[in-house]
Amino acid sequence: MTDISKNAGSTNAPGTAVGEPVLGRPAGGGEAFLDVRDLKVHFPTDDGLVKSVDGLSFQLERGKTLGIVGESGSGKSVTSLGIMGLHTAGQYGKRKARISGEIWLNGTELLSADPDHVRKLRGRDMAMIFQDPLSALHPYYTIGQQIVEAYRIHHDVDKKTAKRRAVEMLDRVGIPQPDKRVDSYPHEFSGGMRQRAMIAMSLVNNPELLIADEPTTALDVTVQAQILDLIRDLQKEFGSAVIVITHDLGVVAELADDILVMYGGRCVERGPAEKVFYEPRHPYTWGLLGSMPRLDREQQERLVPVKGSPPSLINLPSGCAFNPRCPYADIPKDDVTRTVRPELTEVGSRHWAACHMSQEQRERIWTEEIAPKL
Amino acid sequence: MLAYLIRRLIAAAVMLVVIIVVVFGIFFLIPKWAGIDPAANFVGKQADPAAIEAVRQKLGLAEPIHSQVWEFFKGIFAGRTYVGGGDVTNCAAPCFGYSFRTEQEIFPVLMDRFPVTLALALGAALLWLLLGVSAGVLSALKRGSIWDRGAMVIALGGVSLPIYFTGMVAAAIFIYGLGWIDGQFVPLEESFTGWLGGLILPWITLAFLYAAMYARITRATMLEVLGEDYIRTARAKGLAEKTVIGKHAMRSAMTPVLTMLGMDIGALIGGAILTETTFNLPGLGQAVLQAIRTQDLPVILGVVLITSIAVIVANLVVDVLYSAIDPRVRLA
Amino acid sequence: MSENRENRTGPVGSGETADGEILLKVTGLQKHFPIRSGLLKRQTGAVRAVDGLDFEVRRGETLGVVGESGCGKSTMGRLITRLLEPTGGTVEFEGKDITHLGVGGMRPLRRDVQMIFQDPYSSLNPRHTIGTIVGAPFKLQGVTPEGGVKKEVQRLLEVVGLNPEHYNRYPHEFSGGQRQRIGIARALALKPKLVVADEPVSALDVSIQAQVVNLLDDLQQELGLTYVIIAHDLSVVRHVSDRIAVMYLGKIVELADRNSLYRSPMHPYTKALMSAVPIPDPSRKSAKSERILLQGDVPSPIAPPSGCRFHTRCWKATEVCRTTEPPLLELRPGQRVACHHPENFEDQAPQDTVLLSGAKEAAELVPDAVLEESTSAAVVAERESGTEPGQDEGPDADPDEGSEGSAGGSEGSGEGSGEAVTKE
Repeated sequence: MTDISKNAGSTNAPGTAVGEPVLGRPAGGGEAFLDVRDLKVHFPTDDGLVKSVDGLSFQLERGKTLGIVGESGSGKSVTSLGIMGLHTAGQYGKRKARISGEIWLNGTELLSADPDHVRKLRGRDMAMIFQDPLSALHPYYTIGQQIVEAYRIHHDVDKKTAKRRAVEMLDRVGIPQPDKRVDSYPHEFSGGMRQRAMIAMSLVNNPELLIADEPTTALDVTVQAQILDLIRDLQKEFGSAVIVITHDLGVVAELADDILVMYGGRCVERGPAEKVFYEPRHPYTWGLLGSMPRLDREQQERLVPVKGSPPSLINLPSGCAFNPRCPYADIPKDDVTRTVRPELTEVGSRHWAACHMSQEQRERIWTEEIAPKL
Repeated sequence: MLAYLIRRLIAAAVMLVVIIVVVFGIFFLIPKWAGIDPAANFVGKQADPAAIEAVRQKLGLAEPIHSQVWEFFKGIFAGRTYVGGGDVTNCAAPCFGYSFRTEQEIFPVLMDRFPVTLALALGAALLWLLLGVSAGVLSALKRGSIWDRGAMVIALGGVSLPIYFTGMVAAAIFIYGLGWIDGQFVPLEESFTGWLGGLILPWITLAFLYAAMYARITRATMLEVLGEDYIRTARAKGLAEKTVIGKHAMRSAMTPVLTMLGMDIGALIGGAILTETTFNLPGLGQAVLQAIRTQDLPVILGVVLITSIAVIVANLVVDVLYSAIDPRVRLA
Repeated sequence: MSENRENRTGPVGSGETADGEILLKVTGLQKHFPIRSGLLKRQTGAVRAVDGLDFEVRRGETLGVVGESGCGKSTMGRLITRLLEPTGGTVEFEGKDITHLGVGGMRPLRRDVQMIFQDPYSSLNPRHTIGTIVGAPFKLQGVTPEGGVKKEVQRLLEVVGLNPEHYNRYPHEFSGGQRQRIGIARALALKPKLVVADEPVSALDVSIQAQVVNLLDDLQQELGLTYVIIAHDLSVVRHVSDRIAVMYLGKIVELADRNSLYRSPMHPYTKALMSAVPIPDPSRKSAKSERILLQGDVPSPIAPPSGCRFHTRCWKATEVCRTTEPPLLELRPGQRVACHHPENFEDQAPQDTVLLSGAKEAAELVPDAVLEESTSAAVVAERESGTEPGQDEGPDADPDEGSEGSAGGSEGSGEGSGEAVTKE
């Protein structure tokens, strides 16, 4: 666990890495419940290879929440679909996505496992909540029918029992009159209620891993507060491991124990939430923090945005993918930012960042230049 | 739901009245423009003016148009009595009038022919649904594959080749070449196998054309549906792919197909003129063709009305089915 | 966003708020969208999207408008730019009544009032070059700028931070942030006096949002623009606005200068809205007690609650809130509030000492600290009376409560029925 960079790109073949203590995967039901190693998801297109996720590694323990933060096209959603085995879904006839690396879920490596076995884990051991609950629920089936279906895939029970379970779950997520609303269609629910129903559906089988992809982005702020509260409570109750994917630093700060910042399909910084917010060690993280107006501070004179636009995933800038937008790209010597891709290095306890600047340089820039402006 | 249905029913009834009036009006005007005297037409060649005048009186052709429309309209719902030339003719309730040519009551004649056309339309529809939808779904699932391209080329052929061509080729092969069937239409009451034998080629021919269209539309909607978020949700639940496709995707993809089906069957019930002619089937299509050749206006009028009713009814059925499939429609 | 905002600290005196000349004045503005249903599709009701707004916008200032979906803020934007015809009320621009001007009458005004839309993808015609798009207003108005259209368009592109050489490119060749810049350039072409921006940054990535916010800020300073910025994001609105209007169900519930609003919000809804914003500070995670959670969703604008529209979700609601609509009053200089029991201010209806039963349930989701600060007589009475709920309800309160419940106003059924009809 101490040298994360070593593991990146080194051991891809399934099986060879098992039991290597260096990589820190504890044998059988240990603390790293989810262990993703050097995950790559590439999509061949006519324009070239889209490297949506390009070498991502992280671990997640039971009962903990990991927040994955990034802008559109950073690869955060593809990561979650890759873990669920849904990255190729809907890709009929297109050139198939390529996925490599290892995803260990509770001792099972998912990428080399039998697809039918992985299918049975979906919805039972790992479940997902999507951004827009209106389009994520089938418009022709009632909420109840959809939850009942989710339950009966993995439990051999009759419809009546399953429906009782559905009502129970709807009640648990705070839907009033659940015994009546269970027969409503998604379009008869408000946005917030739909997302509650979606959460009820994803938790109906007590999954050990819950992935929430922008769970509140489509919701109003007061409803968002309710949903965040609900997710937090449910996690406490169910003890699931949760991955929250969002572009909103406020949302991760609310929920996450650990934060992983993605840029151009790679992790640029990862660490405990407090570290990433109070002692960020990557210029992109600084940029994100400087970009958002904050209600909890006195009025900022001016926002400090990141210049330029997010990169194309087909043609990532060479060296550090962030270098064309980085105000400090010229600090490291020999143009190394434009030629060598920085690996994640440990910058503190359980805190990694991928930057060519020295630790001291970054510490100085953060404390002297960035932090005072936030 | 009930209000929705009632509104649709009322709309259908209004539509029907409008069609009757408009169609009758057109058929009243055509002879005028074309310089044909319907009465003379009715009596036939070498008629003496007195006979023509008698017919004109009896059919009420001398009346102003609005009363003629009203009489015709009334005849459909209440029956009609023709008085003139010394005798009285009773035409029972759905009275479409009398043929100029055969002097037979039109409605019973058309009703004799109706089952043939209905059998042709429904049988072909079943066939093209099976063929078209399954080909479309497979094409969508294997987009870009040889199967997909092949199926779409065949579909393009199906859409572009006219019925009389495919029909003739089919007849040449199966009737004259291989001699598997004799190609003569036999009423269902006489022999089931004979009936089947007489309809099988028209079914296949007609289905080929429509299956091609249905395959293309199914493929397109299926591809769209497969990209929907709720399909991803279905997979995320751990559903097997066949359930995802067969249950979740199919239900959504079938709605536009259903809409098309209603209109197509409705239109075909009015007579598949080309198919019926090609295979010499005694259906409505043949009747209308004959009527057009002989300027038998009341028969044409009758067939047009039956077609309109069939289309309206089929659409109504589709609307009801649609609201059963898509719960969001019920609120409309 | 105007230059003098640094001076505006603390509660703003009337002297300061009256500094600008009034550019836009809106009185009693209404927009009802008819609902037709039944057999004959007769009008059976109306979505009261905007239901009586009064405000003014002064030259050179930025008025921010916040609210949740369905509060009518976007409709309001379309009404003041006259993209929609108001059902009632008046809109005055530079002292001229423009409420019912026809297409011809609006033409000169179209130069002075411009709109920026949320979605930079769908608001630009994909078949036109950006030169054509940005130059279109000149053609429509029949104006030839000094030095020709092309030169002026290139200047505008430069102003908004785009490369003037890209004159001949098509919208798809630009990123989301750049497209929003194109939209801004188009809006600025005719040197408008008022720019109405509807969610100008909400479709953009965080880092790009900040670029566009800064751009709007710079443009205002350089060109002396007046903005009405409509957004759901409270932090963005606070950053860009001088004054802020908070909308709820077609009404303005609070209208105040930025600092007063954020430092001491007076309407309970404003307070709840602000407390709901997730703060990017992980240390607050444990201190989540500051948050006021509102129950359920916003009720339907088809049948808005009687009296104060917020009373079904408010933890301070009393009988007067249910029966009497509070007027928007300037309780403090520069801070107008429509509330009978405002926060951070003396109770406007101290005679009402009994909370509605819905309010008692709502109060359970409100942090104690908030309740303790409350000046409302009813909340104070409730706190002092202890925990027994039925006790302090007056004998005549029960029938009222019953009728409220049947009207869909009380918590449980109110939430349920609101759910069923609320549509995005």
